[in-house]
Amino acid sequence: MTDQSATPFLDIQGLKTHFPVEKGIFFRKTVATVKAVDGVDLQLRQGEILGLVGESGCGKSTLGRTMLQLLEPTEGSVKLEGRELVGLSGSELRAARKDFQMIFQDPYASLNPRMTVYDTLAEAILAHKSVHKSKLPEKVAELMNKVGLSPRFIKKYPHEFSGGQRQRIAIARALAVEPKFLVADEAVSALDVSIQAQIINLLANLSREMNLTLIFISHDLSVVKHIADRIAVMYLGRIVEFGPAETLFDDPLHPYTRALVSAVPVPDPDRERERQRILLPGDPPSPLNPPKGCTFHPRCPYAVEACKASFPAWSHQGNRQVACIRLDALD
Amino acid sequence: MPLLTVNDLRTYFHTRAGVVRAVDGVSFSVDKGETLGIVGESGSGKSVACYSLMGLIPKPPGRIESGTADFDGMDLLKMSERELNRVRGRRVSMIFQDPMTSLNPFLRVEDQLIEPLLLHGLADKQTARRKALEMMEQVGIQGAASRIRMYPHEFSGGMRQRVMIAMALITEPDLLIADEPTTALDVTVQAQILELIKTMQQRMHMAVIFISHDLGVVAGFCDRVNVMYAGRIVESGLTQSIYYHPSHPYNEALQRSIPALQPKGHELFTIEGQPPDLTKPLDGCSFAARCAHVGDLCRRGNPLLKEMKDGHSTACVRVQEGGLELK
Ligand SMILES: Nc1ncnc2c1ncn2[C@@H]1O[C@H](COP(=O)(O)OP(=O)(O)O)[C@@H](O)[C@H]1O
Ligand SMILES: Nc1ncnc2c1ncn2[C@@H]1O[C@H](COP(=O)(O)OP(=O)(O)O)[C@@H](O)[C@H]1O
Ligand SMILES: [Mg+2]
Ligand SMILES: [Mg+2]
Repeated sequence: MTDQSATPFLDIQGLKTHFPVEKGIFFRKTVATVKAVDGVDLQLRQGEILGLVGESGCGKSTLGRTMLQLLEPTEGSVKLEGRELVGLSGSELRAARKDFQMIFQDPYASLNPRMTVYDTLAEAILAHKSVHKSKLPEKVAELMNKVGLSPRFIKKYPHEFSGGQRQRIAIARALAVEPKFLVADEAVSALDVSIQAQIINLLANLSREMNLTLIFISHDLSVVKHIADRIAVMYLGRIVEFGPAETLFDDPLHPYTRALVSAVPVPDPDRERERQRILLPGDPPSPLNPPKGCTFHPRCPYAVEACKASFPAWSHQGNRQVACIRLDALD
Repeated sequence: MPLLTVNDLRTYFHTRAGVVRAVDGVSFSVDKGETLGIVGESGSGKSVACYSLMGLIPKPPGRIESGTADFDGMDLLKMSERELNRVRGRRVSMIFQDPMTSLNPFLRVEDQLIEPLLLHGLADKQTARRKALEMMEQVGIQGAASRIRMYPHEFSGGMRQRVMIAMALITEPDLLIADEPTTALDVTVQAQILELIKTMQQRMHMAVIFISHDLGVVAGFCDRVNVMYAGRIVESGLTQSIYYHPSHPYNEALQRSIPALQPKGHELFTIEGQPPDLTKPLDGCSFAARCAHVGDLCRRGNPLLKEMKDGHSTACVRVQEGGLELK
């Protein structure tokens, strides 16, 4: 066995994904840059579940897509088991792709409406390895069982399923290539609570059984707290706090995490009535023109002059990492 | 005396696939100044129930099959379009998840804000303009004097929500129906908007019907709660009793499946199966097929809400008969 701590399963360094904003009909000119991901460092262990949270527009989806090389980074490095993914050629990338998969909020949009479950899953299996035709039905049924879908639905089309079942099909398709690494982008956000719970259980079990590393992206903190081992909080293209799920949620350190956690409603009337919310002023600023220094300083109740100077270096607090220079000033 | 009393409301959709019994015998009331929550999963009939009261059901395919909705001595369901227009947007207002449902993208915000006042003859143009500006300030829009001249798309999501609220409240209605007003918003913005609605409600002594699928939001926001399932109210009571003493197996199961309340590292509780097909005839309780406590009684007749104690009602016949105690 190699030393796990020396080579993290996933190692992201200085990752940036910027989108140019262009103007002009005949002569396209770049007039501005959206800094969707703007300097992310992240290391993950194999088999762990990372929750990626933050408000809409903070760059979660862009980060997820860039990790999987569905978007080309502007800068930085993404290593999977020590192997650099940034800059791989088309065919190398296709070969590497079978190690990582992505599932989305709306499985309906990602499933072909004219293909039965069998066709969808058989196609995915064959893309990964050659299986004899006679063996395919068995393999498809195996996959369906794995995600809790009865194989008697094998001949059905996506529209004949409910939202939760469609998400199971999408998960089955992702698993067909036996990936090591899965990014689930708001995969349960459109589902009702009771169905949401089924999909969360499924993903957590699959991750454990298959030693699958999972990045679970969601704007819903209570869902993430439940499924994730560790949580990364994003604000305007950067991670501002990173640590174990319970401690980060129960004892947030960064002023932004504090506000975020305090804003999550809890389904308990007495607790809800006594709660003190930290109401942040204004809307999240735009990644088109992020504030200088700590990007949170214009909305931060604890900000001082020094916060405007430069983005804070990581401060290590036990097994937590926080990008804030004002921790001493917070109670 | 209640401000609004709805009795046996049934709204069906007559579609090619069959008759969708979207709302199937719903009764409830709202007192002056109170906040009534309506919770339930998607498709349970929350929106259709409220749109029926406001005359906003597309007909066809929709049809109000039965019911009365007494609002201050008038039956909203029997009103002509003209009579309804005098109530809607004046004494009863509505806000939505997507503010662009009520905002016109081609009109300056100011012109939209003064419209209800002019339409209902509540103010002359000059007074209306002044009120519009006051309203923009009250809902927390900074630089209101200049921003009132802007178009809706020039506002951010949260700010647009505020403009919609300003427009809904400018006539100081007696009742605000809020249909998932914060569902599309981020939690920090949601907290701001909920705070705003509460403040405005207290200032205007207005009643609110708050529709939501989010049990967290409802817990802190509502005085009473109706729980809907498959077109019917299955449980109704004070917020505390709905959360701490569920009296219908559906409500109990719903509470148990919320991740926030469950210890980490355990499987989440789930409700097996799916809600019934509303086009198929249904005998007995609509939750029977998924219920862990189902008995023979449950598959017959049409269970009705019955008050057990202190305004807490359940439609579960087993609880009503005393044969079932939940947690
Ligand atoms: N293809 C693109 N071109 C330009 N801007 C983009 C593109 N994709 C995302 N963005 C912008 O990047 C920012 C981050 O977006 P996204 O990663 O989708 O955030 P999240 O998933 O956290 O909501 C947003 O401001 C978004 O508008
Ligand atoms: N115009 C329509 N035609 C046919 N069915 C409809 C129409 N509008 C709503 N429904 C059906 O009525 C039921 C209740 O819908 P709705 O009140 O919107 O649910 P909720 O607001 O609780 O999510 C659903 O089954 C929905 O499909
Ligand atoms: Mg996203
Ligand atoms: Mg609705």
